[in-house]
Amino acid sequence: MSAPRLTSVAAPAADLVVRNAHVLDPNTGIDGFHDVVVRGGEIAEITAPGAAEVPAGAETLDGEGRHLFPAFFDPHVHLRTPGHEHKEHIETGTRAAAAGGYCGVIAMPNTDPVLDSAPLLTALRDAASRDARVPVGFMPAITRGLRGTELTDMAELREQGAVGFTDDGKPVTSAGMLRRAMQYQRLCGGVLALHEEDPTLSGRGVMHEGAISARLGLAGYPSVGESTMVARDAMLALDEEARTHFQHLSAWQSVEALATAKDRGSPVSGEASPHHLLLTDEEVLSLDTRMKMNPPLRTERDRQAIIAGLRDGVIECIATDHAPHAADEKDVPFEEAPMGTTGLETAFAAVYTGLVRPGILPLGLVVERLTAGARLMGLPTPRVEVGAPANLNLIDLEALWHVGEAGYESRSSNCCFAGRRLHGRVLLTVAAGAVAYRERSFAVSAA
Amino acid sequence: MSPATGRHLLSIEDLDRDGIERILDRAASFAEVSGREIKKLPTLRGRRVLNLFYENSTRTRSSFEIAAKTLSADVTNFSPSGSSVEKGESLKDTVQTLSAYDPAAIVIRHPHAGAAAMVAGWTAAAVVNAGDGKHEHPTQALLDVYTLTRRIGPLDGKRVWIIGDILHSRVARSDILAFTKMGAHVTVCGPPTLIPRGIEALGCDVRYTLDDLREADAVYTLRMQKERMTDSYIPSLREYVATYQVNARRLGPRQVLMHPGPVNRGVELSGEVVDSPQAVITAQVEAGVVVRMAVLYELLAGARTTAPEPGTPGPAPGTTASATRSLSATSSVVG
Repeated sequence: MSAPRLTSVAAPAADLVVRNAHVLDPNTGIDGFHDVVVRGGEIAEITAPGAAEVPAGAETLDGEGRHLFPAFFDPHVHLRTPGHEHKEHIETGTRAAAAGGYCGVIAMPNTDPVLDSAPLLTALRDAASRDARVPVGFMPAITRGLRGTELTDMAELREQGAVGFTDDGKPVTSAGMLRRAMQYQRLCGGVLALHEEDPTLSGRGVMHEGAISARLGLAGYPSVGESTMVARDAMLALDEEARTHFQHLSAWQSVEALATAKDRGSPVSGEASPHHLLLTDEEVLSLDTRMKMNPPLRTERDRQAIIAGLRDGVIECIATDHAPHAADEKDVPFEEAPMGTTGLETAFAAVYTGLVRPGILPLGLVVERLTAGARLMGLPTPRVEVGAPANLNLIDLEALWHVGEAGYESRSSNCCFAGRRLHGRVLLTVAAGAVAYRERSFAVSAA
Repeated sequence: MSPATGRHLLSIEDLDRDGIERILDRAASFAEVSGREIKKLPTLRGRRVLNLFYENSTRTRSSFEIAAKTLSADVTNFSPSGSSVEKGESLKDTVQTLSAYDPAAIVIRHPHAGAAAMVAGWTAAAVVNAGDGKHEHPTQALLDVYTLTRRIGPLDGKRVWIIGDILHSRVARSDILAFTKMGAHVTVCGPPTLIPRGIEALGCDVRYTLDDLREADAVYTLRMQKERMTDSYIPSLREYVATYQVNARRLGPRQVLMHPGPVNRGVELSGEVVDSPQAVITAQVEAGVVVRMAVLYELLAGARTTAPEPGTPGPAPGTTASATRSLSATSSVVG
């Protein structure tokens, strides 16, 4: 019997009624106005609006004009613990997740020390049981120290609760090494999540290689540096029948490679980040270091391909790659700045504002892609359905807010959407049956 | 985080054609001073100019120093070696510390793109970009335009070829923009590995051979750095010389030869063309002083002494149109 894969602080089970919200869950098919009753942390009833009886001791929340969705799940975040707690730690990172409407996140292992051993995994799960506001899963490294040369004790790590394995931040450059990991996965299970980058092609690149990098004199990282690795590893996954997930796809060629591999039956999946769905390398012209991430922002053609891939399901989920960095680390010339943007607190609003409101993607599809990360990691999908544990959020789609104006729950403020006006404010998040977040101004009326 | 513009010179894009011409006219008037026995003007007396050079530079730093001293400014040179930077001080902290000395201008060279623009956000001083990474070197471009214009007149319709390692050259980027703004047509030429993908977006043509070099009115060669061979950008210096060296066989008698220096004789240029009458390489060095004088003058003194020309309304305060980005007398006030 292995350890549970998700850990969070023990919190009181929620008892509440959300009245007359527009309940939308593409996974269950519900789409209409209802009262939702949460009792003892479970969804107890979904009734006609105004019809729910309020259990003794439960609070009532006004859902009128608001949407109730299954809470989101992010398979790709950096909680920076251990070693970089000045950027983020488990408590601040999961507070940011809760504020973004998430009921679960998967933490990456590129910490200091690297999460590559069972004792460290156990220690992190203990820390999460004290500090995590929403359930956290951990994904240890594929290779020791992320060095790409020796496998971690994958079976023992799985016993101790590893969700899967990744060398995120770095590619598994050696095809032979990755093939060993894929073979070993037959013993222990757990998805292999891959950061795809051929370092001989990305070189010292700090942004997408193209007209903008030519203008700025910055070293470019060409799209093929990602897509050739996606193509290579998708073929390995097909040959080994290894469940493989491609992280943060950024290039149109990568989307094509993923589609081709899926057509052939390769057990692969992919994720897209809000910044690659919404921004292009034009943003880098200002040399704003918040626009520096890996993989880099690419061109409009790439962005459109990522959107199309998300729409038609080639890319199954949205993942933020939430990557906090301290202000003084980012307040340096672009070439010196570390890569990464925060994303948990803005993901829904950014995608809703940029893609749903203009009619580019349907709301239901976006909600599905924001929850699908759980299934792709081998975990239960958050669902709004009677008998399910309460994992839901309540969002005011019309509410306009300035990103960063009221600060962030995250320890860091390096958000690529800072200063933008976004629609869609999370008012409440219930994660694993407990209230994880409530917007300050969101009034609670007594029963 | 957005760079202040108007009272700084961070990029050639801060200038429109009028702005460039005003600086060049000012430089021409300063050229007269250089001919005098006492080469000194009182304009910047009592004001401090700080040279902050994070990269080695002989001619750019000394020409900024001479320019500032000729205008009677007090000049301090600051270089990171032997300073607090070696102790790990960040650029921001260094600039804020040095700003406490209340400099009128900070002239900065830095190995990374955008450094000058960031500095402009951290100090009350006027900031002059003396080279930021492989991004820009605007005063070099101004002195190049000045030198070429003095030699062949207005650049409208003229053809300029820039030859060599475009990928790693801030001079090439600033020159493409500046020559193009002045009406010239720019062609870049070099090994395909050293021409950045997408450079055409700057409005230049790309060639990989010197076959059509004779169409050029001006031939601008860049320094070929030996480490490009070890990085496999070119197979050998021998092959580079055979394909791209500008020599007497390739350079026509009416073509003007330019180079930002220092020259690798026998590599990008043959010795005989360096010493030929077509070469204006020494004139470029001379122009460096008067053009940098003009830039310092425009930034530090221009606003006080120059009124906007009649009939040309100054840009409204707070606007962000390109006109206000230009280094005009009025925008100095805005900035």
